[in-house]
Amino acid sequence: MDIPRYWRLRNQRYRLEGSRCKECGSICFPPRFLCPHCKSAEMEPYELKGRGKIYSYTIIHQAPDIFDKNVPYTVALIDLEEGARITAQLTDIDPDDVSIGMPVEMVIRKIYEDGENGPIQYGYKFRPILFTDAGS
Amino acid sequence: MRKVAIIGLGQTPVREHWDYSIRQLAVQALTEAMKDAGRSNLDALFVGNMLSGALAEQEHLGALIADYAGYAGIEAVKIEAACASGGAAVRQAVLAVASGQVDTAAAVGVEKLTEFSGKFTSKGLATAADADYEASIGLSFAALNALMMQRYMYEYKVPKDDFAVFPINAHHNARFNPNAMFQYDITLRQYRKAKPIADPINLLDSSPISDGAAALIIVPLDKVKGQDNAVEVVACEMATDTLDLANRKNAVWLKAAEKSSKKAYSVAGVGPGDIDLFEMHDAFSIVSVLSLEACGFSEAGQTLKKANEGYFKIDGQLPVSTMGGLKGRGHPVGATGVYQILEAAMQIRQEAPGNIQVPDVRYAMAQNIGGSGATIVTTILSK
Ligand SMILES: [Zn+2]
Repeated sequence: MDIPRYWRLRNQRYRLEGSRCKECGSICFPPRFLCPHCKSAEMEPYELKGRGKIYSYTIIHQAPDIFDKNVPYTVALIDLEEGARITAQLTDIDPDDVSIGMPVEMVIRKIYEDGENGPIQYGYKFRPILFTDAGS
Repeated sequence: MRKVAIIGLGQTPVREHWDYSIRQLAVQALTEAMKDAGRSNLDALFVGNMLSGALAEQEHLGALIADYAGYAGIEAVKIEAACASGGAAVRQAVLAVASGQVDTAAAVGVEKLTEFSGKFTSKGLATAADADYEASIGLSFAALNALMMQRYMYEYKVPKDDFAVFPINAHHNARFNPNAMFQYDITLRQYRKAKPIADPINLLDSSPISDGAAALIIVPLDKVKGQDNAVEVVACEMATDTLDLANRKNAVWLKAAEKSSKKAYSVAGVGPGDIDLFEMHDAFSIVSVLSLEACGFSEAGQTLKKANEGYFKIDGQLPVSTMGGLKGRGHPVGATGVYQILEAAMQIRQEAPGNIQVPDVRYAMAQNIGGSGATIVTTILSK
Protein backbone atom coordinates (compact mmCIF):
# COMPACT_ATOMS: atom_id res chain seq x y z
CA MET A 1 0.00 0.00 0.00
CA ASP A 2 1.52 3.28 -1.14
CA ILE A 3 0.20 5.72 1.49
CA PRO A 4 3.23 8.07 1.40
CA ARG A 5 2.86 8.39 -2.36
CA TYR A 6 -0.87 9.01 -2.06
CA TRP A 7 -0.27 11.75 0.50
CA ARG A 8 2.60 13.31 -1.42
CA LEU A 9 0.54 13.52 -4.62
CA ARG A 10 -2.64 14.90 -3.05
CA ASN A 11 -2.37 18.33 -4.69
CA GLN A 12 -1.94 16.70 -8.07
CA ARG A 13 -4.63 14.07 -7.67
CA TYR A 14 -7.29 16.34 -6.17
CA ARG A 15 -6.53 19.73 -7.70
CA LEU A 16 -4.43 19.09 -10.80
CA GLU A 17 -1.64 21.22 -9.42
CA GLY A 18 1.11 21.51 -12.01
CA SER A 19 3.88 24.07 -12.26
CA ARG A 20 4.45 27.31 -14.14
CA CYS A 21 7.87 28.63 -15.07
CA LYS A 22 8.33 32.21 -13.85
CA GLU A 23 10.91 32.86 -16.57
CA CYS A 24 9.21 31.60 -19.74
CA GLY A 25 5.65 30.93 -18.59
CA SER A 26 5.52 27.30 -19.71
CA ILE A 27 3.09 25.10 -17.80
CA CYS A 28 3.86 21.51 -16.84
CA PHE A 29 1.93 18.59 -15.47
CA PRO A 30 3.23 16.76 -13.44
CA PRO A 31 4.94 19.72 -11.74
CA ARG A 32 8.68 20.04 -12.29
CA PHE A 33 11.52 21.53 -10.29
CA LEU A 34 13.38 22.69 -13.40
CA CYS A 35 11.75 24.10 -16.52
CA PRO A 36 12.18 21.66 -19.43
CA HIS A 37 12.11 24.58 -21.88
CA CYS A 38 14.46 27.20 -20.37
CA LYS A 39 16.05 25.22 -17.47
CA SER A 40 15.00 27.87 -14.95
CA ALA A 41 14.54 26.72 -11.37
CA GLU A 42 12.02 29.49 -10.70
CA MET A 43 8.89 27.39 -10.74
CA GLU A 44 5.59 28.12 -9.02
CA PRO A 45 2.58 25.88 -8.36
CA TYR A 46 -0.12 26.30 -10.97
CA GLU A 47 -3.60 24.84 -10.74
CA LEU A 48 -4.99 23.54 -14.03
CA LYS A 49 -8.66 24.05 -14.79
CA GLY A 50 -9.17 20.44 -15.78
CA ARG A 51 -10.79 20.94 -19.15
CA GLY A 52 -9.47 19.67 -22.44
CA LYS A 53 -9.79 17.37 -25.43
CA ILE A 54 -8.90 13.72 -25.93
CA TYR A 55 -5.61 13.28 -27.83
CA SER A 56 -5.70 9.48 -27.74
CA TYR A 57 -7.37 6.71 -25.73
CA THR A 58 -7.43 2.98 -25.11
CA ILE A 59 -9.94 0.56 -23.66
CA ILE A 60 -8.14 -1.72 -21.21
CA HIS A 61 -9.27 -5.35 -21.17
CA GLN A 62 -6.31 -6.85 -19.34
CA ALA A 63 -5.41 -4.72 -16.36
CA PRO A 64 -2.66 -4.65 -13.77
CA ASP A 65 -3.73 -6.62 -10.70
CA ILE A 66 -5.33 -3.92 -8.54
CA PHE A 67 -7.44 -2.64 -11.44
CA ASP A 68 -8.50 -6.10 -12.55
CA LYS A 69 -12.06 -5.89 -11.34
CA ASN A 70 -12.67 -2.61 -13.22
CA VAL A 71 -12.18 -3.93 -16.76
CA PRO A 72 -13.05 -2.84 -19.33
CA TYR A 73 -12.13 0.76 -18.53
CA THR A 74 -10.81 3.60 -20.64
CA VAL A 75 -7.69 5.70 -20.22
CA ALA A 76 -6.81 8.69 -22.32
CA LEU A 77 -4.18 11.29 -23.07
CA ILE A 78 -5.93 14.64 -22.69
CA ASP A 79 -4.74 17.97 -24.07
CA LEU A 80 -5.66 20.50 -21.36
CA GLU A 81 -6.67 24.04 -22.30
CA GLU A 82 -3.50 25.44 -20.67
CA GLY A 83 -1.29 23.40 -23.01
CA ALA A 84 -0.15 20.52 -20.80
CA ARG A 85 -1.15 16.93 -21.61
CA ILE A 86 -2.28 14.51 -18.91
CA THR A 87 -2.86 10.74 -18.66
CA ALA A 88 -6.12 9.83 -16.93
CA GLN A 89 -8.96 7.36 -16.71
CA LEU A 90 -12.25 8.34 -18.31
CA THR A 91 -15.54 7.95 -16.43
CA ASP A 92 -19.28 8.37 -16.96
CA ILE A 93 -19.03 7.23 -20.56
CA ASP A 94 -19.51 4.01 -22.50
CA PRO A 95 -16.06 3.03 -23.86
CA ASP A 96 -17.57 2.65 -27.33
CA ASP A 97 -18.60 6.31 -27.37
CA VAL A 98 -15.10 7.72 -26.77
CA SER A 99 -13.41 9.50 -29.67
CA ILE A 100 -10.31 11.58 -30.32
CA GLY A 101 -11.07 15.31 -30.04
CA MET A 102 -13.92 14.80 -27.56
CA PRO A 103 -14.13 17.60 -24.93
CA VAL A 104 -13.72 16.34 -21.36
CA GLU A 105 -13.49 17.76 -17.83
CA MET A 106 -11.97 16.62 -14.56
CA VAL A 107 -13.93 15.02 -11.74
CA ILE A 108 -12.75 13.36 -8.53
CA ARG A 109 -13.51 9.68 -8.41
CA LYS A 110 -12.36 6.52 -6.70
CA ILE A 111 -9.19 5.24 -8.35
CA TYR A 112 -8.96 1.98 -6.42
CA GLU A 113 -9.72 0.21 -3.19
CA ASP A 114 -6.93 -1.65 -1.50
CA GLY A 115 -8.77 -4.74 -0.26
CA GLU A 116 -11.59 -4.75 2.27
CA ASN A 117 -9.78 -2.91 5.04
CA GLY A 118 -7.33 -0.82 3.07
CA PRO A 119 -7.80 2.88 2.32
CA ILE A 120 -9.73 3.94 -0.77
CA GLN A 121 -7.68 6.08 -3.13
CA TYR A 122 -9.35 8.99 -4.87
CA GLY A 123 -8.06 11.12 -7.68
CA TYR A 124 -8.77 12.76 -11.02
CA LYS A 125 -10.69 11.12 -13.83
CA PHE A 126 -12.22 12.85 -16.84
CA ARG A 127 -15.77 12.75 -18.15
CA PRO A 128 -17.36 14.11 -21.31
CA ILE A 129 -18.52 17.74 -21.20
CA LEU A 130 -22.22 17.62 -21.97
CA PHE A 131 -23.68 19.94 -24.58
CA THR A 132 -25.92 21.58 -21.96
CA ASP A 133 -22.99 23.11 -20.10
CA ALA A 134 -20.58 23.50 -22.99
CA GLY A 135 -21.02 27.28 -22.89
CA SER A 136 -20.57 27.69 -19.16
CA MET B 1 38.99 5.04 -28.66
CA ARG B 2 39.74 1.59 -30.06
CA LYS B 3 37.53 -0.17 -32.59
CA VAL B 4 35.82 -3.22 -31.13
CA ALA B 5 34.43 -6.52 -32.35
CA ILE B 6 32.10 -9.26 -31.17
CA ILE B 7 33.81 -12.65 -31.28
CA GLY B 8 31.59 -14.87 -29.15
CA LEU B 9 27.85 -15.55 -29.23
CA GLY B 10 25.79 -17.59 -26.76
CA GLN B 11 22.07 -17.96 -26.18
CA THR B 12 19.51 -20.14 -24.47
CA PRO B 13 16.25 -20.92 -26.23
CA VAL B 14 13.55 -18.36 -25.35
CA ARG B 15 10.87 -20.21 -23.41
CA GLU B 16 8.96 -20.25 -20.16
CA HIS B 17 11.90 -21.80 -18.30
CA TRP B 18 10.19 -23.11 -15.18
CA ASP B 19 13.15 -25.40 -14.43
CA TYR B 20 15.94 -22.85 -14.68
CA SER B 21 16.96 -19.97 -12.45
CA ILE B 22 18.39 -16.63 -13.52
CA ARG B 23 21.92 -17.73 -12.72
CA GLN B 24 21.58 -20.97 -14.70
CA LEU B 25 20.29 -19.18 -17.78
CA ALA B 26 22.98 -16.49 -17.62
CA VAL B 27 25.81 -18.94 -17.01
CA GLN B 28 24.65 -21.15 -19.89
CA ALA B 29 24.64 -18.24 -22.36
CA LEU B 30 27.95 -16.80 -21.12
CA THR B 31 29.71 -20.17 -21.17
CA GLU B 32 28.55 -20.82 -24.72
CA ALA B 33 29.71 -17.36 -25.81
CA MET B 34 33.18 -17.81 -24.25
CA LYS B 35 33.50 -21.20 -25.96
CA ASP B 36 32.43 -19.66 -29.28
CA ALA B 37 35.05 -16.94 -28.78
CA GLY B 38 37.71 -19.50 -27.91
CA ARG B 39 38.62 -17.55 -24.77
CA SER B 40 39.04 -18.51 -21.16
CA ASN B 41 39.83 -15.11 -19.65
CA LEU B 42 37.29 -12.44 -18.99
CA ASP B 43 38.02 -8.96 -17.56
CA ALA B 44 34.59 -7.45 -17.12
CA LEU B 45 30.94 -8.51 -17.14
CA PHE B 46 27.93 -6.28 -17.82
CA VAL B 47 24.58 -7.90 -17.06
CA GLY B 48 21.47 -6.48 -18.72
CA ASN B 49 18.40 -7.21 -16.62
CA MET B 50 15.26 -5.37 -15.58
CA LEU B 51 13.22 -7.34 -13.05
CA SER B 52 15.38 -9.80 -11.13
CA GLY B 53 14.74 -7.94 -7.88
CA ALA B 54 10.98 -7.65 -8.34
CA LEU B 55 10.31 -11.10 -9.80
CA ALA B 56 13.05 -13.43 -8.57
CA GLU B 57 13.96 -11.61 -5.34
CA GLN B 58 17.54 -11.44 -6.55
CA GLU B 59 19.54 -8.29 -7.22
CA HIS B 60 23.32 -7.91 -7.41
CA LEU B 61 23.50 -10.01 -10.56
CA GLY B 62 26.99 -8.82 -11.55
CA ALA B 63 28.82 -10.57 -8.73
CA LEU B 64 26.44 -13.55 -8.71
CA ILE B 65 26.83 -14.41 -12.38
CA ALA B 66 30.56 -13.70 -12.47
CA ASP B 67 31.00 -16.15 -9.59
CA TYR B 68 28.77 -18.93 -10.97
CA ALA B 69 30.28 -18.60 -14.45
CA GLY B 70 33.76 -19.18 -13.04
CA TYR B 71 35.04 -15.61 -13.11
CA ALA B 72 34.80 -14.71 -9.42
CA GLY B 73 36.74 -11.55 -8.72
CA ILE B 74 36.33 -9.71 -12.01
CA GLU B 75 34.61 -6.35 -12.45
CA ALA B 76 30.89 -7.08 -12.85
CA VAL B 77 27.74 -4.97 -12.65
CA LYS B 78 24.05 -5.07 -13.58
CA ILE B 79 22.77 -2.44 -16.02
CA GLU B 80 19.08 -1.51 -15.93
CA ALA B 81 17.11 0.50 -18.50
CA ALA B 82 13.75 -1.34 -18.59
CA CYS B 83 13.34 -3.28 -21.86
CA ALA B 84 16.50 -1.58 -23.16
CA SER B 85 18.67 -3.09 -20.39
CA GLY B 86 20.29 -5.56 -22.80
CA GLY B 87 21.27 -2.93 -25.37
CA ALA B 88 22.49 -0.69 -22.55
CA ALA B 89 24.71 -3.51 -21.20
CA VAL B 90 26.22 -4.03 -24.65
CA ARG B 91 26.90 -0.29 -24.88
CA GLN B 92 28.78 -0.43 -21.55
CA ALA B 93 30.82 -3.44 -22.68
CA VAL B 94 31.65 -1.70 -25.96
CA LEU B 95 32.74 1.48 -24.12
CA ALA B 96 34.83 -0.49 -21.65
CA VAL B 97 36.81 -2.19 -24.42
CA ALA B 98 36.93 0.85 -26.71
CA SER B 99 38.38 2.97 -23.90
CA GLY B 100 41.31 0.61 -23.45
CA GLN B 101 40.47 -0.08 -19.81
CA VAL B 102 39.29 -3.62 -20.50
CA ASP B 103 40.52 -6.18 -23.04
CA THR B 104 37.77 -8.80 -22.92
CA ALA B 105 34.27 -7.84 -21.84
CA ALA B 106 31.04 -9.83 -21.81
CA ALA B 107 27.53 -8.45 -22.13
CA VAL B 108 24.96 -10.89 -20.84
CA GLY B 109 21.24 -10.17 -21.01
CA VAL B 110 19.07 -12.32 -18.79
CA GLU B 111 15.45 -12.24 -17.68
CA LYS B 112 13.26 -14.63 -15.74
CA LEU B 113 9.67 -13.40 -15.90
CA THR B 114 7.92 -16.65 -14.96
CA GLU B 115 9.16 -16.99 -11.39
CA PHE B 116 5.91 -15.67 -9.91
CA SER B 117 2.35 -15.66 -11.25
CA GLY B 118 1.46 -13.44 -14.19
CA LYS B 119 -0.07 -10.58 -12.21
CA PHE B 120 3.28 -9.84 -10.55
CA THR B 121 4.92 -9.87 -13.97
CA SER B 122 2.57 -7.26 -15.43
CA LYS B 123 2.98 -5.13 -12.33
CA GLY B 124 6.74 -5.45 -12.67
CA LEU B 125 6.71 -4.53 -16.34
CA ALA B 126 4.60 -1.47 -15.60
CA THR B 127 7.48 -0.09 -13.50
CA ALA B 128 9.11 0.92 -16.81
CA ALA B 129 6.44 3.64 -16.96
CA ASP B 130 5.98 6.66 -14.66
CA ALA B 131 4.92 5.15 -11.31
CA ASP B 132 3.23 8.31 -9.98
CA TYR B 133 1.33 9.36 -13.10
CA GLU B 134 0.89 6.33 -15.35
CA ALA B 135 1.08 2.95 -13.59
CA SER B 136 -0.63 4.01 -10.34
CA ILE B 137 -3.70 5.33 -12.14
CA GLY B 138 -4.35 2.10 -14.01
CA LEU B 139 -2.14 2.01 -17.11
CA SER B 140 -0.56 -1.24 -18.13
CA PHE B 141 2.47 -1.34 -20.36
CA ALA B 142 0.29 -2.45 -23.28
CA ALA B 143 -2.05 0.48 -22.62
CA LEU B 144 0.73 3.01 -23.22
CA ASN B 145 1.51 1.42 -26.55
CA ALA B 146 -2.20 1.31 -27.34
CA LEU B 147 -2.38 5.09 -26.84
CA MET B 148 0.32 5.46 -29.50
CA MET B 149 -1.39 3.00 -31.87
CA GLN B 150 -4.81 4.66 -31.57
CA ARG B 151 -3.31 8.06 -32.31
CA TYR B 152 -1.33 6.68 -35.26
CA MET B 153 -4.47 5.10 -36.76
CA TYR B 154 -6.24 8.44 -36.35
CA GLU B 155 -3.49 10.63 -37.81
CA TYR B 156 -2.71 8.47 -40.82
CA LYS B 157 -6.20 6.99 -41.28
CA VAL B 158 -5.02 3.38 -41.33
CA PRO B 159 -7.19 0.40 -40.40
CA LYS B 160 -6.10 -2.02 -37.69
CA ASP B 161 -5.84 -4.91 -40.15
CA ASP B 162 -2.88 -3.18 -41.80
CA PHE B 163 -0.73 -3.84 -38.71
CA ALA B 164 -1.12 -7.63 -38.96
CA VAL B 165 1.73 -7.81 -41.45
CA PHE B 166 4.34 -7.33 -38.71
CA PRO B 167 3.30 -10.16 -36.34
CA ILE B 168 2.65 -12.42 -39.35
CA ASN B 169 6.16 -11.76 -40.69
CA ALA B 170 7.74 -12.21 -37.23
CA HIS B 171 6.02 -15.56 -36.67
CA HIS B 172 6.95 -16.71 -40.16
CA ASN B 173 10.63 -16.01 -39.57
CA ALA B 174 10.53 -17.49 -36.05
CA ARG B 175 9.45 -20.80 -37.59
CA PHE B 176 13.01 -21.39 -38.70
CA ASN B 177 14.76 -20.26 -35.53
CA PRO B 178 15.15 -23.18 -33.09
CA ASN B 179 15.66 -20.72 -30.22
CA ALA B 180 12.39 -18.89 -30.90
CA MET B 181 9.41 -19.25 -28.60
CA PHE B 182 6.75 -19.42 -31.33
CA GLN B 183 7.82 -21.61 -34.24
CA TYR B 184 4.53 -21.43 -36.13
CA ASP B 185 2.72 -19.17 -38.59
CA ILE B 186 -0.27 -17.02 -37.75
CA THR B 187 -2.95 -15.76 -40.15
CA LEU B 188 -4.87 -12.53 -40.65
CA ARG B 189 -8.00 -14.41 -39.57
CA GLN B 190 -6.38 -15.30 -36.23
CA TYR B 191 -5.15 -11.73 -35.86
CA ARG B 192 -8.68 -10.38 -36.29
CA LYS B 193 -10.03 -12.78 -33.67
CA ALA B 194 -7.23 -12.39 -31.11
CA LYS B 195 -8.17 -11.49 -27.55
CA PRO B 196 -8.15 -7.72 -26.88
CA ILE B 197 -5.52 -6.53 -24.38
CA ALA B 198 -5.75 -2.74 -24.54
CA ASP B 199 -7.72 -1.63 -27.57
CA PRO B 200 -6.59 -1.44 -30.39
CA ILE B 201 -3.78 -3.78 -29.20
CA ASN B 202 -4.69 -7.45 -29.11
CA LEU B 203 -2.78 -10.56 -28.06
CA LEU B 204 -1.22 -11.03 -31.50
CA ASP B 205 0.11 -7.46 -31.53
CA SER B 206 1.98 -8.25 -28.31
CA SER B 207 5.27 -10.01 -27.68
CA PRO B 208 5.03 -12.81 -25.10
CA ILE B 209 6.17 -13.02 -21.48
CA SER B 210 9.30 -15.15 -21.73
CA ASP B 211 12.58 -16.21 -20.13
CA GLY B 212 16.01 -16.43 -21.67
CA ALA B 213 19.63 -15.30 -21.72
CA ALA B 214 22.01 -14.19 -24.46
CA ALA B 215 25.70 -13.27 -24.29
CA LEU B 216 28.28 -11.48 -26.43
CA ILE B 217 32.06 -11.39 -26.00
CA ILE B 218 33.62 -8.08 -26.98
CA VAL B 219 37.32 -7.48 -27.71
CA PRO B 220 39.51 -4.93 -29.54
CA LEU B 221 39.05 -5.29 -33.32
CA ASP B 222 42.75 -5.13 -34.23
CA LYS B 223 43.50 -8.40 -32.43
CA VAL B 224 40.80 -10.39 -34.30
CA LYS B 225 40.45 -8.63 -37.64
CA GLY B 226 39.94 -11.11 -40.47
CA GLN B 227 38.93 -13.92 -38.13
CA ASP B 228 35.77 -15.76 -39.31
CA ASN B 229 33.87 -15.22 -36.08
CA ALA B 230 34.73 -11.51 -35.71
CA VAL B 231 31.96 -8.96 -36.34
CA GLU B 232 32.82 -5.28 -35.99
CA VAL B 233 30.62 -3.08 -33.82
CA VAL B 234 30.69 0.04 -35.98
CA ALA B 235 28.27 1.94 -33.73
CA CYS B 236 26.36 1.45 -30.49
CA GLU B 237 24.57 4.64 -29.45
CA MET B 238 21.98 5.50 -26.84
CA ALA B 239 19.47 8.33 -26.44
CA THR B 240 16.60 9.08 -24.05
CA ASP B 241 13.23 10.84 -24.07
CA THR B 242 10.63 11.72 -21.40
CA LEU B 243 9.66 8.67 -19.36
CA ASP B 244 5.96 9.42 -19.57
CA LEU B 245 4.12 9.48 -22.85
CA ALA B 246 2.01 12.52 -21.93
CA ASN B 247 5.02 14.85 -21.91
CA ARG B 248 5.89 14.19 -25.56
CA LYS B 249 4.28 16.63 -27.95
CA ASN B 250 4.08 14.01 -30.67
CA ALA B 251 3.21 10.59 -29.23
CA VAL B 252 3.68 8.89 -32.59
CA TRP B 253 7.29 9.91 -33.16
CA LEU B 254 10.07 8.16 -31.21
CA LYS B 255 12.49 11.03 -30.74
CA ALA B 256 15.03 8.85 -28.93
CA ALA B 257 14.98 6.38 -31.84
CA GLU B 258 15.66 9.22 -34.24
CA LYS B 259 18.47 10.59 -32.04
CA SER B 260 20.19 7.28 -31.34
CA SER B 261 19.94 6.10 -34.95
CA LYS B 262 21.26 9.42 -36.29
CA LYS B 263 24.19 9.19 -33.88
CA ALA B 264 24.79 5.59 -34.95
CA TYR B 265 24.64 6.43 -38.67
CA SER B 266 27.06 9.27 -38.16
CA VAL B 267 29.57 7.24 -36.12
CA ALA B 268 29.37 4.38 -38.66
CA GLY B 269 29.50 6.71 -41.65
CA VAL B 270 26.40 5.16 -43.23
CA GLY B 271 22.76 6.05 -43.85
CA PRO B 272 19.52 4.06 -43.64
CA GLY B 273 19.94 3.05 -47.30
CA ASP B 274 23.14 1.15 -46.44
CA ILE B 275 21.51 -1.11 -43.84
CA ASP B 276 20.87 -4.67 -45.11
CA LEU B 277 18.69 -5.93 -42.26
CA PHE B 278 17.10 -4.56 -39.13
CA GLU B 279 16.44 -6.36 -35.85
CA MET B 280 13.79 -4.01 -34.52
CA HIS B 281 12.03 -3.82 -31.18
CA ASP B 282 8.62 -5.21 -32.19
CA ALA B 283 7.29 -5.53 -28.63
CA PHE B 284 3.95 -4.37 -30.08
CA SER B 285 3.07 -3.96 -33.77
CA ILE B 286 2.91 -0.18 -33.39
CA VAL B 287 6.48 -0.03 -32.07
CA SER B 288 7.74 -1.64 -35.30
CA VAL B 289 6.06 1.11 -37.29
CA LEU B 290 7.34 3.97 -35.12
CA SER B 291 10.87 2.56 -34.98
CA LEU B 292 11.10 2.15 -38.78
CA GLU B 293 9.88 5.72 -39.30
CA ALA B 294 12.15 7.33 -36.71
CA CYS B 295 15.20 5.50 -38.12
CA GLY B 296 14.50 6.84 -41.61
CA PHE B 297 13.53 3.51 -43.21
CA SER B 298 10.17 4.86 -44.27
CA GLU B 299 8.33 8.16 -44.16
CA ALA B 300 5.89 8.96 -41.38
CA GLY B 301 2.57 7.32 -42.19
CA GLN B 302 3.95 5.22 -45.09
CA THR B 303 5.32 2.19 -43.21
CA LEU B 304 2.25 -0.03 -43.27
CA LYS B 305 1.83 0.43 -47.01
CA LYS B 306 5.47 -0.55 -47.58
CA ALA B 307 5.15 -3.47 -45.18
CA ASN B 308 2.06 -4.82 -46.92
CA GLU B 309 3.96 -4.70 -50.23
CA GLY B 310 6.56 -7.10 -48.82
CA TYR B 311 9.32 -4.56 -48.21
CA PHE B 312 10.29 -5.99 -44.80
CA LYS B 313 10.19 -9.72 -45.58
CA ILE B 314 13.32 -11.88 -45.68
CA ASP B 315 13.54 -11.41 -49.46
CA GLY B 316 12.38 -7.77 -49.34
CA GLN B 317 14.54 -4.63 -49.49
CA LEU B 318 14.95 -4.43 -45.71
CA PRO B 319 14.36 -7.72 -43.87
CA VAL B 320 13.24 -7.14 -40.25
CA SER B 321 12.82 -9.44 -37.24
CA THR B 322 14.75 -12.03 -39.23
CA MET B 323 14.89 -14.56 -36.38
CA GLY B 324 11.34 -13.85 -35.26
CA GLY B 325 11.80 -10.53 -33.47
CA LEU B 326 10.29 -9.92 -30.05
CA LYS B 327 6.93 -11.20 -31.28
CA GLY B 328 8.17 -14.55 -32.57
CA ARG B 329 11.47 -15.23 -30.80
CA GLY B 330 10.05 -13.87 -27.57
CA HIS B 331 10.79 -10.89 -25.33
CA PRO B 332 12.79 -11.80 -22.23
CA VAL B 333 12.89 -8.11 -21.35
CA GLY B 334 16.45 -7.39 -20.16
CA ALA B 335 17.89 -10.06 -22.48
CA THR B 336 16.13 -8.86 -25.62
CA GLY B 337 18.68 -6.21 -26.63
CA VAL B 338 21.46 -8.80 -26.48
CA TYR B 339 19.45 -11.34 -28.51
CA GLN B 340 18.87 -8.72 -31.20
CA ILE B 341 22.59 -7.92 -31.58
CA LEU B 342 23.49 -11.62 -31.39
CA GLU B 343 21.04 -12.36 -34.22
CA ALA B 344 22.39 -9.50 -36.32
CA ALA B 345 25.90 -10.89 -35.76
CA MET B 346 24.76 -14.40 -36.77
CA GLN B 347 23.41 -12.95 -40.00
CA ILE B 348 26.75 -11.26 -40.73
CA ARG B 349 28.59 -14.51 -39.92
CA GLN B 350 26.21 -16.32 -42.31
CA GLU B 351 25.17 -18.60 -39.45
CA ALA B 352 21.42 -18.02 -39.60
CA PRO B 353 19.24 -21.04 -40.44
CA GLY B 354 18.95 -21.44 -44.25
CA ASN B 355 15.43 -20.09 -44.78
CA ILE B 356 16.06 -16.91 -42.83
CA GLN B 357 19.68 -16.20 -43.79
CA VAL B 358 19.80 -12.84 -45.52
CA PRO B 359 22.30 -13.00 -48.42
CA ASP B 360 25.29 -10.61 -48.55
CA VAL B 361 24.87 -8.70 -45.32
CA ARG B 362 27.36 -5.85 -45.07
CA TYR B 363 25.62 -3.71 -42.41
CA ALA B 364 23.10 -5.07 -39.91
CA MET B 365 21.30 -2.82 -37.44
CA ALA B 366 19.55 -3.59 -34.14
CA GLN B 367 17.43 -1.26 -32.06
CA ASN B 368 16.44 -1.90 -28.45
CA ILE B 369 13.69 0.21 -26.86
CA GLY B 370 12.96 0.72 -23.15
CA GLY B 371 9.56 1.77 -21.82
CA SER B 372 7.30 3.49 -24.30
CA GLY B 373 10.39 4.89 -26.05
CA ALA B 374 12.26 6.55 -23.19
CA THR B 375 15.59 4.72 -23.65
CA ILE B 376 16.73 3.61 -27.09
CA VAL B 377 19.98 1.91 -28.11
CA THR B 378 20.87 1.58 -31.79
CA THR B 379 23.69 -0.73 -32.80
CA ILE B 380 25.24 -1.20 -36.25
CA LEU B 381 27.42 -4.21 -37.02
CA SER B 382 29.58 -4.88 -40.04
CA LYS B 383 31.81 -7.61 -41.47
ZN1 LIG C 1 10.94 28.13 -18.52
